[in-house]
Amino acid sequence: MISKAQHADVLVVGAGPAGMAAAIAAATHGCRVLVLDDNAAAGGQIWRKGIADRSESKVRDSKQAALRAAFRASGAELLPGRRVVDAPRQGILRTVVDTPAGPIAESFAWDRLILATGARERFLPFPGWTLPGVVGAGGLQALVKGGYPIAGKRVVVAGTGPLLLAVAAHLRHDGATVVSIAEQAALRQLVPFAASMWSHPAKLKQGTRYRRALAGVPYRIGWWPVAVEKASSGILVRLTNGKRTVDEPCDLLACGFHLVPNTELAELVGCKLNGDVVEVNEQQHTTVAGIFCAGEPTGIAGLDAALVQGEIAGLAAAGHTEQLSSLSRMRAKECAFGQRLNAAFRLRSEVTLLSAPDTIVCRCEDVTFSRLQGHSSWTEAKLQTRCGMGPCQGRICGPAVQSLFGWRAASVRPPIFPVPISAFGNNDSDSLEEVNAFQETQ
Amino acid sequence: MPEGATATKTVMIWINGSAWNVPEGSVVGAAMLAAGEPCRKSVSGEPRTALCGMGVCFECRAVIDGVSQQRTCQLVCRDGMHVDTQS
Repeated sequence: MISKAQHADVLVVGAGPAGMAAAIAAATHGCRVLVLDDNAAAGGQIWRKGIADRSESKVRDSKQAALRAAFRASGAELLPGRRVVDAPRQGILRTVVDTPAGPIAESFAWDRLILATGARERFLPFPGWTLPGVVGAGGLQALVKGGYPIAGKRVVVAGTGPLLLAVAAHLRHDGATVVSIAEQAALRQLVPFAASMWSHPAKLKQGTRYRRALAGVPYRIGWWPVAVEKASSGILVRLTNGKRTVDEPCDLLACGFHLVPNTELAELVGCKLNGDVVEVNEQQHTTVAGIFCAGEPTGIAGLDAALVQGEIAGLAAAGHTEQLSSLSRMRAKECAFGQRLNAAFRLRSEVTLLSAPDTIVCRCEDVTFSRLQGHSSWTEAKLQTRCGMGPCQGRICGPAVQSLFGWRAASVRPPIFPVPISAFGNNDSDSLEEVNAFQETQ
Repeated sequence: MPEGATATKTVMIWINGSAWNVPEGSVVGAAMLAAGEPCRKSVSGEPRTALCGMGVCFECRAVIDGVSQQRTCQLVCRDGMHVDTQS
C-alpha cells in the first residue's frame, strides 16, 4: 500500500518526561507537533502506568499529573506503538507499527526533530545472569506494572544506581518481600553525593521516603552480585563485598547497573556524540541543523533534567529562544546533579570481572566470555562471534562489552530495530530499494 | 466469578497449551513469567524470560497466535490469545 508521509513542524521521538515537556512547549507556541513512542501510552519508563491505574484520575504524583494534563491540552498528537527504524533521507523518519493485520511501515516528515529517546538499564554479565528469575531492576518494575503478581515473592535487588531503591520500595509496596538490596558503589563515593543533596530538597525528600519505605531491609552498600544458581525453590543469589559472601535464597533477582543513554537514533541521523552521550548546546541543539536532543541521551541526569531540557528543546524548536534564559540556571543545576550522580554510581572494576569463561555475554547469539577474549575490537569480535548481531543489535551486550573490554560499539546502521519485511507491503519502488538494503543487514 | 473474587476483570489466554486467567490489561511477558513458562529458547537451548521489560533486549520474544518474534513485554493479553515459547 502507498501511504503519504505525515508532516510535523516539530516531530518528537519519545513520550517520556523530556518528550512530553518538549511537545507541550512547541505545541503551545503554535507548532504542529507529532510525538512518536514505542510504548502504548505516554509517560516513558519512569511514568509507566500499571494495569491498576490506567485512568488518568488515579495519577497521584502531582508533577506527573500536571504534565499529563498539559500534554493533553497542548494539541500535540501522540502516535503510540511506533518504533523508529530508519531515517531514509534528511527530514524523514520511518516507523513500524504493529496492527492486528500485521506490521505497517509509516513515514513522518519533519521541519525540526526532537530526540527524547530516554535510557535503558546497563546489564553486566555474571554466572547465572541468563537464568529465568533474573530480571532488570526497572525491568521487574515494568513487569509488575504489567500485571506480574509480585505479592509474596522474595526479591533481591542488586546492581547500582538510585533506581534500585525506587524499585525496591515499589516492589515492597506491592507485597514483595525484599530480601536484600546490594549497591555496588562504595560508601566513600555515596557520602559526598548524599551530602550534596541539600541543594535538591525534593530529591532528598524522595530518597528519604524510599529509605523509610524500606525500613528493616538490609541495604548493603559496597556489595554486588557474583553468581546466581537454580535452587530447589527459586534461585540462590551470591552477593559479595570482596571480603565476605552471602547466599540469598529468593524467587527473583532484580538487577541493573545504572543507565545507558539511548543514542542509536541520534547516531543514525548523524548527531555527534561526546563520549557516550549526544552532544548538545545550551539550547539542546545537536550538531545537526534542526535536530534537538533532550533528557537522558544527553547524559543521565534524571527526571528534573529531562523536564527542563525538554522544555528548552521545545521552545528552541518553536523559535522562542527569548524565554530560554530563565531556564538555563535550572538546566545547569540539573546537569551538575547528573555529573555527581554518575560519579557516585560509577562502576567498580570488580563488577566488570565477574564473567566465567562460559558466561554468556551476548544473550541474542549466546556468545560466551571466552569467545570474546583475544579479540581487539568490537568490529572484529562481532564479525568472528556474531556478538551484537542479534535482534537487540548490541543494545544489551554493547554496554557490557564496553565495560568488560573497553570496546566502543561500531557505527549504527539502519534499521535500528528489526523490521519484518512484510511491514513494507507493496510500497513505492523507492521503499523497495530500501527493503532490499534491510534484508542485507539482517 | 468465584466467591470472594474481586471485581478485577480477567481475560483467558493459552500459554503453551494451558489456559490462564490474567487481569485485563496484563502484559504477555508478565503473564509468562507468572506462569513459569519461558518466552523463548536461546540459540543454545537455554530458557529465557523478559529482562528489560521495555522492548529493548528482545529476550521476551515468543510466538503469538502463530506469529513468531513478538516482543511479549510490549504486548497486552487479549482474550483467547495463544502464546507459545519460541524455539
